[in-house]
Amino acid sequence: MNPCIQAPTNSASPHLLHILYALQQQYRHISAESINQVAASLDLPVSQVAAVVEFYAFFSREPCGRYHLLLSNCTSCGYLAGDTNLLLALSQRMGVNPGKTRADGLVSLGETSCIGLCDQGAALLVNSVPLVARDLDRVEQMAQLITTETPLAHWPDEWFCIQNRIPKPGLLLQHRWDAGAGLRAALLCGVTETLARIQQSGLRGRGGAGFNTGTKWQSCLAAPGAAHYVICNADEGEPGTFKDRVLLQHHADTMVEGMTLCAFVIGAEKGFVYLRGEYRYLLPHLQAVLAQRRQSGLLGACILGQREFNFDIELVVGAGAYICGEESALIESLEGKPGIPRVRPPFPVTQGYLGQPTVVNNVETFIAAAHIACRGSAWFAAVGTAASTGSKILSISGDCQSPGIYEYPFGVCVQQVLDDCGADQVQAVQVGGPSGTLLGKDAFNRALGFEDLSTGGSFLIFGQQRDLLTVNRNFARFFAHESCGFCTPCRVGTQLLKNGLDKIIEGNATPADVDEITRLGLLVNHRSHCGLGQTAANHLLQGLAHFPAAVTQRLTQADFTPQFDLDAALEAARQITQRDDADAHLDN
Amino acid sequence: MQKTNPTIHVDGQEIPFKVGQTIMDAALAAKVYIPHLCHYPGLTPHGNCKLCMVDIGNKNVTACTTAAVAGQQIRNNTETLNAARKTVTQMLFIEGDHICPSCEKTGNCKLQAMAYYLGMLDNHFPQFYPRREMDASHATILLDRSRCILCDLCVRASREVDGKNVFAIAGRSTNAHLIVNSPSGKLGDSNIQTDDLAAHICPVGAILIKEQGYDVPIGQRIYDQQTIRDVGLNEAIPEKQGNHHD
Amino acid sequence: MTDAKISIATTSLAGCFGCHMSFLDMDERLVTLLEHVEFNRSPLTDIKHCGPCDIGLVEGGLCNAENVQVLREFRANCKILVAVGACAINGGVPAMRNYFDLHECLEEVYLNGIGVNNPQIPNDVELPLLLDKVRPLSDVVRVDYYLPGCPPSADDFLQLLGPLLEGKQPIFPRNTFHYD
Ligand SMILES: Cc1cc2nc3c(=O)[nH]c(=O)nc-3n(C[C@H](O)[C@H](O)[C@H](O)COP(=O)(O)O)c2cc1C
Ligand code: SF4
Ligand code: SF4
Ligand code: SF4
Repeated sequence: MNPCIQAPTNSASPHLLHILYALQQQYRHISAESINQVAASLDLPVSQVAAVVEFYAFFSREPCGRYHLLLSNCTSCGYLAGDTNLLLALSQRMGVNPGKTRADGLVSLGETSCIGLCDQGAALLVNSVPLVARDLDRVEQMAQLITTETPLAHWPDEWFCIQNRIPKPGLLLQHRWDAGAGLRAALLCGVTETLARIQQSGLRGRGGAGFNTGTKWQSCLAAPGAAHYVICNADEGEPGTFKDRVLLQHHADTMVEGMTLCAFVIGAEKGFVYLRGEYRYLLPHLQAVLAQRRQSGLLGACILGQREFNFDIELVVGAGAYICGEESALIESLEGKPGIPRVRPPFPVTQGYLGQPTVVNNVETFIAAAHIACRGSAWFAAVGTAASTGSKILSISGDCQSPGIYEYPFGVCVQQVLDDCGADQVQAVQVGGPSGTLLGKDAFNRALGFEDLSTGGSFLIFGQQRDLLTVNRNFARFFAHESCGFCTPCRVGTQLLKNGLDKIIEGNATPADVDEITRLGLLVNHRSHCGLGQTAANHLLQGLAHFPAAVTQRLTQADFTPQFDLDAALEAARQITQRDDADAHLDN
Repeated sequence: MQKTNPTIHVDGQEIPFKVGQTIMDAALAAKVYIPHLCHYPGLTPHGNCKLCMVDIGNKNVTACTTAAVAGQQIRNNTETLNAARKTVTQMLFIEGDHICPSCEKTGNCKLQAMAYYLGMLDNHFPQFYPRREMDASHATILLDRSRCILCDLCVRASREVDGKNVFAIAGRSTNAHLIVNSPSGKLGDSNIQTDDLAAHICPVGAILIKEQGYDVPIGQRIYDQQTIRDVGLNEAIPEKQGNHHD
Repeated sequence: MTDAKISIATTSLAGCFGCHMSFLDMDERLVTLLEHVEFNRSPLTDIKHCGPCDIGLVEGGLCNAENVQVLREFRANCKILVAVGACAINGGVPAMRNYFDLHECLEEVYLNGIGVNNPQIPNDVELPLLLDKVRPLSDVVRVDYYLPGCPPSADDFLQLLGPLLEGKQPIFPRNTFHYD
């Protein structure tokens, strides 16, 4: 169904991000006047509201068009995923440059980081609503609808239709879920035994870092505080990951049950689901799931009739910031601030939301926990490997026949996955997204699991025909764009890495430039404040190590090349003076 | 029974600390210099500039935000670390516009002094040439964002010492920039005052007191006489001068 | 030191000649220096083009096409190229125009500025064309050594040249150099 017909509102929660979103939708930008008003009405400093507006990509200080088009630039769901550059096509067709609003205010165009539609093909957000652009034909049709100012609600329904493909359900996805089963089991055996089940299952976080979930819950339970909180991390921003999107669509009830179990264990009365802005269209569905559970006595006051068991959940929607997937940045964002990672320790389990003990877990982690609570730890631990029990849900996309959601026991090797999804002629696989691991053929026998290839679930496949350096550049741009700007090595370094890759791709780099970019990459990885910067150069360093030819074939053998285009640097003066004589040009 | 103070080792030198102190606190108290720009004793450490990077085993941390723990073997004044610090300093230079000969802060500037200390002869990286807004709206205080290194010291000084909230950092990646907490966003409309710590703590020439820039001639300024190490080892939040209070 | 004299070329690009003046501040020490050194292209000799040289000292950054050409001539002919002074190293004071677009600068100076007579932007082909930004030398050629300062002092020059004349690496002790 066309989600914009449902006109999701956020009236349920007066969160700063929601207020700003409403303003952005209404006025297509957030003016200084609006900022002052919001600050006054929420009793916040003007600077805090302004800082939030300027931090998140989906807010703008300058007016966007009545049709605001943000094309994903992911290698799988981006405007370059197919044969034609759809951004360029749209830009030419609509007569507006990327990053700009057309003079008549009809349309504005831009790029955005992966929007999690990697299994669907090239995709974009139109006034925040995700839409599969697919190909040039559809882009042309879109352009006509925009030109005629056809309201989104009258655009073809199937464009907004996101069909989830789950070619391979496994341990978690193949079981029918009986709402409340986990909670009833927990109430029967009590907090200690429930926690023990989670601990004995060996469950580790599915968001990527793989911290032991039982240990996390236990530390939070033990941490003193006026209140305890449960947060579900549904920010899913790693390019190539879309499994949480599918899980939220089809298994939200299980996820909420997992959160409620966690609340039961740690003694929390309040929880949050932090949903990435790109998934706002899932909001009505999630609200319905929460309402249903409240009605069934599984959420809210006196859960399952237990007078002491009160827990409810607020949905908070982000606004375009990959860094908010980092748990402490997420908490900052929940607190109505820019998403800047905190200094850790202290970790959220002792000082999280509002400084109180807080568990942050991934969507999939909570779903696994719910199943473990009713089926037992042995059931779970029987699958996978000793260090990585259970299953992993992968988001598979890129050059393969059947992209979609695949669930495997941990320990499965990369080649097996490639065979199952119909990927042959594979040049490389990026496991875990741009921040993860780049593998060449010789490493396809490696296994998924915390002891070898740790992953949040992104699995990007690159066929023989792909130019890997272009992929590197895509990733480098991603990190430069998403760096929160807090610490010097990442803020400046990711920008320099991006520039360095541009120079290589343009064929202007020397072997010395490659040494330089390597040195820089190591520094960014080693000296940055948080996981974003610490992994931002992985793809590049691994690319240089495993696919050196992609770089060396592009190098010039000069011992030095200029850092900018000399002749282009004279263009402004040529225009002003109307000169075009020999001295008005320079060789590069 | 008398307990001996726990100790850490910095480059082999044994340094006592009190529980709760950071590595930076303990080192400074023992007159051991760990380079830093965004740290100022007495303000909440922030850890963003990364100059105070130190290595412990194969872990690397910022000394200003990491608690001292008995027995830590910390590497600080090593060639590797100073080389990395120099690179980070160069990053700060090229990210903004630093034309020292035309800057009132020259000679009193910590970024410049850090560059001297680390033996930085050139910027190494191509410059970014950012366009950042200048704010001359205040009668006595100038804000030139092109030199701001986003150290957050003015933000913290205003909150923690002046009891105000004049500054904040907004935007992300290289768009990060300093903003002023006033309805117009202008310094002139904020409640900053000339004797606020926030008006004086800027390590670079981004926040300047007007009409004092050349009271002391170039060549006779702080870092013309002393290194940043000498100054950094003896720093503490100054008592407020004047009769202003709030 | 061998008897053969070391050849040095110098030039000022987008600079103020202050570095050259400071070089001359060596005063009587110049006499000793000249026992070991001969000057190739330099404002001191009036030689128009740089021939093969041991050392090139370049003051000033790059503000126009001619600066780029001269710098390339120096790089091609000098075994060792030194960026002398703040402008050569990072653009220096002339780079303050980088805060503005080129057309803004030219319009202010030649069209709208106070006291402009006969307003027009010069476009004679004899004039070197301006780059959109003032750039440091290292953006265009490989630079071997940097001598910071605005200007570097005569002592700084000697500290650099002394070892270079002996075929050694010059080392700048920390805290002897400055950027202003
Ligand atoms: C830059 C960055 C982005 C992250 N994004 C996500 C994310 O989108 N979803 C997620 O669950 N965890 C993400 N994480 C990991 C979280 O910080 C945290 O470890 C995780 O939510 C904990 O849940 P888990 O133990 O269930 O995995 C991210 C970490 C970093 C450093
Ligand atoms: S590493 Fe990057 S994202 Fe993380 S705190 Fe530093 S600047 Fe922000
Ligand atoms: S702020 Fe410091 S480094 Fe920047 S120009 Fe001024 S004196 Fe130089
Ligand atoms: S203005 Fe100065 S004190 Fe404030 S953040 Fe910028 S550099 Fe730091």
